[in-house]
Parts: sequence; C-alpha cells; structure tokens
Amino acid sequence: MWLIDSSIGRKVIMSVSGIFLILFLTFHSIMNVTVLFSGEAYNAVCEFLGANWYAVVGSMVLAAGFVVHIIYALYLSILNYKARGTNRYAVTKRQEGVKWASKNMLILGGVIFGFMALHLFQFWYKMQYAELSGVPTGDFHPADGTAFIIQLFSQPLYCVLYIVWLAALWFHLTHGVWSALQSIGLNNKTWLPRLKCFANIYSTFIILLFIAIPVLFLFGFRPM
Amino acid sequence: MEKSLNLTLKVWRQAGPKAKGSFETYKVENISTDASFLEMIDILNEKLIGDHKEPIAFDHDCREGICGMCSMYINGHPHGPDGEITTCQLHMRNFSDGETITIEPWRSAAFPVIKDLMVDRSAYDKIIQAGGYVSINTGGTPDANAIPISKVNADEAMDAASCIGCGACAAACKNGSAMLFVSAKVSQLALLPQGRVEAAHRAKAMIAKMDELGFGNCTNTGACEAECPKNVSISHIARMNREFLGAKFKD
Repeated sequence: MWLIDSSIGRKVIMSVSGIFLILFLTFHSIMNVTVLFSGEAYNAVCEFLGANWYAVVGSMVLAAGFVVHIIYALYLSILNYKARGTNRYAVTKRQEGVKWASKNMLILGGVIFGFMALHLFQFWYKMQYAELSGVPTGDFHPADGTAFIIQLFSQPLYCVLYIVWLAALWFHLTHGVWSALQSIGLNNKTWLPRLKCFANIYSTFIILLFIAIPVLFLFGFRPM
Repeated sequence: MEKSLNLTLKVWRQAGPKAKGSFETYKVENISTDASFLEMIDILNEKLIGDHKEPIAFDHDCREGICGMCSMYINGHPHGPDGEITTCQLHMRNFSDGETITIEPWRSAAFPVIKDLMVDRSAYDKIIQAGGYVSINTGGTPDANAIPISKVNADEAMDAASCIGCGACAAACKNGSAMLFVSAKVSQLALLPQGRVEAAHRAKAMIAKMDELGFGNCTNTGACEAECPKNVSISHIARMNREFLGAKFKD
C-alpha cells in the first residue's frame, strides 16, 4: 500500500490527519469563545455535544485522527532518525529562513500531547465521560461547562499552564498549516510565501480565540 | 585587500568505510584571504605529505561550481557559511584570523563515508538510473518554436535543471531526505514536452528508488533550499508530490 510504503504517502497521511485536526481546532476555538459572551449559551453547546449519538461518533472519529497523526509522527521520526546515519554532525547550525518550529515538530507535539492528557482529564472526563458512564466525576452537572471553566481557571496556575500549552500549539500550527498543503502538492513558487503568511495568520487567529479565556480569567474576568 | 590568516582546522579522519573515524586538529599558517577553501586544504595536504603523513582525502573536480563533486560540511553548513556556492567557490575571506574551522563529511545513512571527507554518493546516480531520463527517440533537431513552451515553464525547468546533484540537500536535512534533488530532476523533465510523456512513471520509479536507498521523509523544514548551492526551490517538492499523488490516484 503506497500510503504506508512510500515516503510521500506517509506524508499525505500526516498532512490529511493534520488538516482534519486543524479543522477540529477551528471548531473548538469558536465554540469556546461563546463562554465569553454568555455562560448559558456555552452550556447549550455542551448539552448539544454531550452523550448524543452524533457527538459520540464525532469524538471517536476525532480520537482516531489524533491516534493516526501521533502514530505516524513517531513512525516517521524513527525512520528519519535512521536515515541520518550513525554518526552525527559535531557542529550544526540552523539555516537562515528555517523556522525553529519546523525542526522541532515532534517535541512540540509531545508537549501538546502531555497537556492534552491533562485537558482531557480536566474537562472531557468530567463532562462527556460522566454523561456516558452515568458516574458523576466532576463537582457539577456534566453539561455545565461554564461552571467547570470557572472552577479551573479561578486557579492562576492552570491559566498559566494553558497559556504555555497554547503557545506550543501556536508554534506547531505555524509550520503545520502550510506544510500540510505542501505535502499534498498544493504549492508553488508564488504561493509558498503566501501560504506561510496564511499559516501564521490562521494559527494566530485560532490561538487568540483559545488563549482569550485563560488570559481574561487571569485578569479577573468571569462569565455571566 | 589581501591579508593572511592563521587557522586551526578540526578535520574528520577515517581510514576506510568500516574504520572508526575521529577528529584530528591541524594548524595552518599564512593562508591568503584570496585563497579558495580547497586551496587551503591543498596547502595543508602538501605539508602533510612533506611530513610523510597521509593527506586528507576529499572529493573535488571542476573547481568552478559546476560538477557537484566537492562535499564538505564546514562549521555546520554544507559548502560552508557563504550562500549559493559550492565548497570550491568558498573563499578564505569568509573566515577570520585565529578561527577554528570544523570540517566534516556529509553524514547520512545513504551517503556512507569512503575515506576522510569523501562519501559515496552513488545513491543519487541510482535514483537517476531509476527514471531521471527521457527514453523516447527524439530524432533530429526540430525547428525552433515548433512546440511552444511558456516562458514560465521554461524558466522553472531551467531553475530545476541547475541542480548539480552534490548532495548538500540530503546532508543538511535533519531527516536525511533527498526530496530536493529528486524533485529537481522530476520537475526539470515534467515541465517540458519531451519529458512530460513519462512524467507519472518517472515520479513513481524515482521515489520508489529514493525510499529503497534509505533516504528519510521530508518534513518541509526548508534547510535543503537554504543550503542548496544552486538555490533550487522547495516548490519543486510540491510539484513532485503532485505528480506522484496524481499518478497513484490514477492507478
């Protein structure tokens, strides 16, 4: 199967799963900002995405996307490490125009994954999981997302941790967005600088939507 | 203005493909800033031969940036710190007096060291043999402009064809990927009518060979493009991805 055997096929899998995850992040970030305008509206979103069959199916597809992206990242990294050979360079320098993020996607991915585990425990486990299993794991009703947000971000430590996490995600996205399009061949000399610019704008937009919540909480904002 | 430099060189010495290599330190004195980097190595080798020591083995041929033979990883850059040139075009004026220069061979699983700074780059030849040619008989010289080719395509094909196959792209790549080289060869032929006929087969055959030879997977860092002595663009990689995916979806 060429998607597994060939280097470009493997990159297509990274690219397509990456684009899928970017679309998820876009959706997630837009959903989040409703809490800044109305706690009630946010709870309505939580209710809608609770234990309904479409939300469960969506979550499973999403989890599969993450698994594929992570497994392929590890597989590709091992292959690439082997391709470098046994002797390493004594002196290495980063080239002009080569972004730090592009050479550290695996490390950034690892950081993002670690925080994601924390995030799943703090929200998913207390919300969708609680609703599915019927066991109340959080202090509030599973669909009361606003209450969980207030509870968590009232602690400045978690605000700061989430800001660090989102910063790592921003770096990952600035390379990922344009790189995904390059890997499936949607690029040329004219579009290369444009896509890089678009990647920066798009990742900044998504991260600003996400980061607004912990930052505003840090400054004492509470939803109505 | 001509000045002279005293330098410390840390050079990778390795007796043979299977031998264990290590760095040796040499001092060179009174090197003119007008000398080329390879001339500086020549001066050092003269001295080593005079002292009845084994000279440093390194690849070089035309010494004018065309053949792609010279291959040294100098202070963390293939072909040295200066941009868009090969090692033979690098001048000593890029270095300062008293500097320590580290010289290493290309290090990549697909480019095994033969001796000292020489590496076996026949992997690139094997990729070319897999499909980097036009196999149809083109006959006699056709009339000029009998087949119109757009200026854009002609320029792109020419830029891709400037690749000299030196291996700096794979050497600089953190993934040991040869994508820039292979994409330049695929592009140069796919953009012109003579090569277009076999474009799909060529992309599949050359990529299959590249993967078989143990080159890594491209992660689009762009290090290859930054280090390429001929400034070949990574947009050719996108074109090759397109060619390859198009061919696979057709199958």
